[in-house]
Amino acid sequence: MASVSLSKVVKRYGDVGIVHGIDLEIANGEFIVVVGPSGCGKSTTLRMIAGLESLSDGTISIGGRVVNTLEPKDRNIAMVFQNYALYPHMTVHRNIAFGLYAAKLPKAEIDRKVREAAALLGLTDLLERRPNALSGGQRQRVAMGRAIVRDPTVFLFDEPLSNLDAQLRGQMRTEIKRLHQSIGTTIVYVTHDQIEAMTLADRIVIMRDGRIEQVGTPLDVFHTPASAFVAGFIGTPTMNLLEVSVAQQNGAPVLALEPGGAALILAPDAAARLGNRNKVLIGLRPDNLTVEPIDAPDASTAGRQKLDATVVVAEPLGVTTQVIVKLAGREVVGMADGRFVPAAGAAVKLACDLDLLHLFDAETRLRLP
Amino acid sequence: MSTATSTASPMPNWWLGLAARPGQMLAWTLLAMGAIAMMMPLVYMVATSLKLSNEVYELNIIPREPTFENYIYIFKNTRFGLWFVNSLVTSLLVTLSVLFFDSLIGYTLAKFKFRGREVVFIAILTTLMIPTEMLVVPWYLMAKNFGWLNSYWGIMFPGLMTGFGVFLMRQFFAGVPDDYIHAARIDGLGEFAIWWKVAMPLVTPALSALAIFTFLGNWTAFLWPLIATNDRALYTLPVGLASFSGEFLTDWELIMAGATIATLPTLVVFVIFQRYIIRGVVLAGLKG
Repeated sequence: MASVSLSKVVKRYGDVGIVHGIDLEIANGEFIVVVGPSGCGKSTTLRMIAGLESLSDGTISIGGRVVNTLEPKDRNIAMVFQNYALYPHMTVHRNIAFGLYAAKLPKAEIDRKVREAAALLGLTDLLERRPNALSGGQRQRVAMGRAIVRDPTVFLFDEPLSNLDAQLRGQMRTEIKRLHQSIGTTIVYVTHDQIEAMTLADRIVIMRDGRIEQVGTPLDVFHTPASAFVAGFIGTPTMNLLEVSVAQQNGAPVLALEPGGAALILAPDAAARLGNRNKVLIGLRPDNLTVEPIDAPDASTAGRQKLDATVVVAEPLGVTTQVIVKLAGREVVGMADGRFVPAAGAAVKLACDLDLLHLFDAETRLRLP
Repeated sequence: MSTATSTASPMPNWWLGLAARPGQMLAWTLLAMGAIAMMMPLVYMVATSLKLSNEVYELNIIPREPTFENYIYIFKNTRFGLWFVNSLVTSLLVTLSVLFFDSLIGYTLAKFKFRGREVVFIAILTTLMIPTEMLVVPWYLMAKNFGWLNSYWGIMFPGLMTGFGVFLMRQFFAGVPDDYIHAARIDGLGEFAIWWKVAMPLVTPALSALAIFTFLGNWTAFLWPLIATNDRALYTLPVGLASFSGEFLTDWELIMAGATIATLPTLVVFVIFQRYIIRGVVLAGLKG
C-alpha cells in the first residue's frame, strides 16, 4: 500500500494543454474514483501515474518517492485496462502469471500466486482457457487477477466496466468493492459513470477540461456540489438547473421563475446567501420536486412550496414515475409516486423541497457560500 | 412400390439444381474454365517431365511410355541436388531475415512516436516504386566492390530487408491496441521482449503472409542470382534449370522434371502457412 501525491501536474501535447496543473493527495489504502466527461483528462492523469505518459510539468509521488522518471515497471503499480488487454495467445494462467515470469520469480511461487488470485476471483476452473473462450465478466476478472498477483502498492483502473452490460457491471462493481475491502490496496479508478463513482469511492475527484472541479466523499459531492457542473454531473436523474432572477417580495428576496409570475420563497438563511445578486442559478434534484395531482390537498409548508405545472412526458419506472413538466415556460424533471402516471398536457402541482435547493452564481457557476 | 423412380428424370439431381439457377451455372462454368487455365501448365509440366525427349513436342497429356529417366538423370548427371539446397538455404535465410527485421522496423514505425517517423516510412515506401531491373547494376557494383559475388551472402543481401515487408508489418502492428503494449510495459517487459512476446504473436496472419510471399519470391528469383553467381556450385534452382536451355538445344523434359521438384517446397510452404492465415482471419472475426 502507498499514498499517491500529484503536485501541479501538467500534460501538454505540443501547444494543446490536456491537464492544467492538478494537485491531489491520495491516502494510503484509499479508493479514489476520478470521474468526468470524455476528454476531461482523467485517463491521461491515470496514465501519468502509471508512467505510460510523461509529465509536462509537476511531480507525481508514490509512497513518498517521486516517480516522474521511473519506468512503469519500477513504480510498483498494476493497471486494469478498459479492454482488459489480455494476451489472446496465452492461457488465463499464463496471462495472470505473465508479469511474474518477467520478474523471474521461481516457478512454484508463480503457480502458488496465480492459484491464490484465481481462487479469490473464482477463476480456478478457467486457468487453462484462452481469453476468447471467456465471457466479458470472466475476462474482467482475469485482468484483475493479473493486477493482484503482482502485489502492487497502487491499483489503477481505467474504465474497467465500460465494456460490460448493465447487469454484469453491477456485479463487477460489488466484486471490485469487495476486493478493495479484502486487500486494502490504494486504488485510483477512472470512469465516466457517476454511479460507479458514487458506489465505489471513498472520495470522488470530479474533473473537467483538465482541472479538478471538486474532491470529496460521495455524499459531499452529492449534497454540496462545488459548482453547477458537479451538481449536473453527479446524481441521476440529472439535477434541474435554472437561471432565475432575484426579486423583492414584502421586503424579502424571492426567486422569480418568470417576470411577475411564479416565485420561490427562500428561508432567511438561504436568502442571505444571495447577497446583492440579481440573478442566480438554482439547482433542484428531481427527487426533491414531487409531482402531485392538481387536486391534492394544498399543503405548502415552510420549505416546501407548491407550484402549478403542465405535464410534458410521464415515464413510469415502477416505484416512481419520472415526469417532465413545464414550469414557468421551462422544462424540469420531477418525480411522482409510481401509481400516479399523469397524461401529457395534464395540469399538476409541483412540490419543491426548498431546504434542498442549491444556489450557484449565475456568472461563475460556483456554489454560493 | 413408389412410382417416383419410374417417373424420375434421367438427369442427376445436381444438374437439375444448377439448371434451375442459370446465374450459378454461369459462375461454375467460369470457375471451371479458370481452373483449367490455371491447371494446364502444371499438368503439362508434370506430363512432359515423364516423357522421353522425342515425345516432348507432342501435345498428348499422358505419355506413351511414362518414365522417371529424366528425374534420375538430373540427380545423377547435374548438380540439381546442390542447387536445390542452395535455393532452400538462401530462401529460408532471407525469409527469416525479412520476418525478423521487417516486423521489427514495422513495429517501431507503428508503435513509437519519434521525430521523422513519417519521413522514414515514406522513404521506405519509395523503395517499392523502383523495379528490380534498375537496382541490379548498383547491387552488382556493391557486391563486386565488397567481394560478395559468388557467395550465399551475395545472393541474399538485396532481399534481407524489404520495403513491402516493412509496409505490411507496420500496417498490421498499427492495428494492435496500444493497451497490450502498455500492459506488458507495466508487467515489466523490456521493449524488445514486448515486441517478441506480445506484439509478434498478435500478428501471425501477417507474418504468415509475409513468409509465403518472401519464400516464394526468393525460391523463384532468377535475375539477381544469375548475375551474382557464375560458379555452377552456387546456382540456385531457377538458374540451374535455365542452364539446361542451351543456345541450340533445350532439354525441356529435364527442365520440366526439375521444375516439378521445384514446385514441391512452394506447395509445402503454402499448405503450412495458409492455415495460420485462415485462422488469423477467423480469430479476427470472433473478436468482432
